[in-house]
Amino acid sequence: MKYLCLVYADESTLHSLPDSPEDAECQAYAEQVAGSGRMLAAEALEPVATATTVRMRGGKVSITDGPFAETKEQLAGFYLVEAHDLNEAIQVAAQIPAARVGSVEVRPVRQLQV
Amino acid sequence: MPTDAAVDIPAHIDALYRSDSRRIRATLIRLLGDFDLAEEAVQEAFVAAMAQWPRDGVPDNPRAWLVSAGRFRAIDRIRQRARFDASLAELAWRLAEDEQEVAEPASGIEDDRLRLIFTCCHPALAPEAQVALTLREVCGLTTEAIASAFLTATPTLAQRIVRAKGKIRDARIPYEVPEGPALAERLDSVLRVVYLIFNEGYLSSSGESLTAPDLSDEAIRLGRLLVELLPEPEAQGLLALMLLTESRRAARSTAEGELVLLDAQDRRLWNRALIDEGIARVETALRSRRVGPYALQAAIAAVHAEAPTAADTDWPQIVGLYDVLMRVEPSPVVALNRAVAVAMRDGPAAGLALIDALLAEGELADYRLAHAARGELMQRLGQRDGARAAFARALALTPPGPEQRHLAARLDGLA
Repeated sequence: MKYLCLVYADESTLHSLPDSPEDAECQAYAEQVAGSGRMLAAEALEPVATATTVRMRGGKVSITDGPFAETKEQLAGFYLVEAHDLNEAIQVAAQIPAARVGSVEVRPVRQLQV
Repeated sequence: MPTDAAVDIPAHIDALYRSDSRRIRATLIRLLGDFDLAEEAVQEAFVAAMAQWPRDGVPDNPRAWLVSAGRFRAIDRIRQRARFDASLAELAWRLAEDEQEVAEPASGIEDDRLRLIFTCCHPALAPEAQVALTLREVCGLTTEAIASAFLTATPTLAQRIVRAKGKIRDARIPYEVPEGPALAERLDSVLRVVYLIFNEGYLSSSGESLTAPDLSDEAIRLGRLLVELLPEPEAQGLLALMLLTESRRAARSTAEGELVLLDAQDRRLWNRALIDEGIARVETALRSRRVGPYALQAAIAAVHAEAPTAADTDWPQIVGLYDVLMRVEPSPVVALNRAVAVAMRDGPAAGLALIDALLAEGELADYRLAHAARGELMQRLGQRDGARAAFARALALTPPGPEQRHLAARLDGLA
């Protein structure tokens, strides 16, 4: 089963708290998850200041500056992992270095009914 | 069968249903991976037993027979549905393949009950859903009974259970007892649910609703089951705490339903059998040298239980136990209880100073028991105005019920 682990954190403090992870640590953990065979994809994201929101309404594309929703914590990165069950996915999520300063939302991937 | 088998077997099946249907259901939930399918399968297995056993005799291992009968009927049922829904065909095929697991279902049956508890108390479920699901699936209470115990509308509670089962299925919350470091963490979650159920029963029985099913009994039964299946010190500690608390039930309210505080209780009404068992279990937990908050609270309750009168209470020992509790699991409420114990050991002025300091920190500002304790100590020190103000503050923070009436009476006494 696939799980998407969405890493949320307050961008203004993500890199400046005592517990904030360095990029090297994030990279090392991603490699560790990859080594365990559970990794499907993982990336860190640029800040929401770089976000663009796109909608299609009545056949017309609408493009706006900024993220879909203004929230206290912003999406900062993600892991897409293969895990046997939620407990296994939680184990992967809990060790993501940014979980020390932010939150990780674990969501099962839905199989499209086709 | 010693006497006429045709008469005895239905009674035997009936007894087996009462003693074993929950265990059988727990195993079927594991084998079928679905709560509702397992529930139907249990019913059908017993129906099948009613039809076959009087004719063919009781099988050697009735539980294993029932598990496997339930499983076969569930697979049949899925196959029938599969005619209309192709995705089910694969499921039926997969379930039928799992022969090996079914070959020895009896050995895993107790483990299945433990797995079920851990699944129902999974922290990924909402806390109120954990409680409802545990009472429904582990204790076998009806949705109506649980709803009335928690003063919730039945449809609301039913929806809560359906939603929780949906999350277990869709997010794939596993049916397993966690291992290694995760076990301690997850056991905490299980114990919290059991203690919550206990307190709901213990506190509500003194409240306005006496019609609730006996949740405290269910919690104690769950506590016993946990200790039996997973004899961890904290599981022992929680069971001891519940037994020792329960032992005072008859003494803690008057026939009119008015609250009687610990120091005023008629100790002859305390249940000695529960106290003896509670104390024995506390001692087991303390000997483990992995002492946790439940065992410590139970130890404190045991010190009270051992005192023949309130005046004989070993307060220095109680303060000592609170000191340890503050190190293991510090909280403002524990600090408040410690302050009250210090007042009993060193006099009301010492306790009042501690409570005032705690209130100054702010976290207990709206905690009714902090103000009630403050009023009590001020009254003992002869500070009537201060005591009145403190009891009035406590009263304003207390919901209607015996506790509120008790505070109102205290306030009247100071007028």
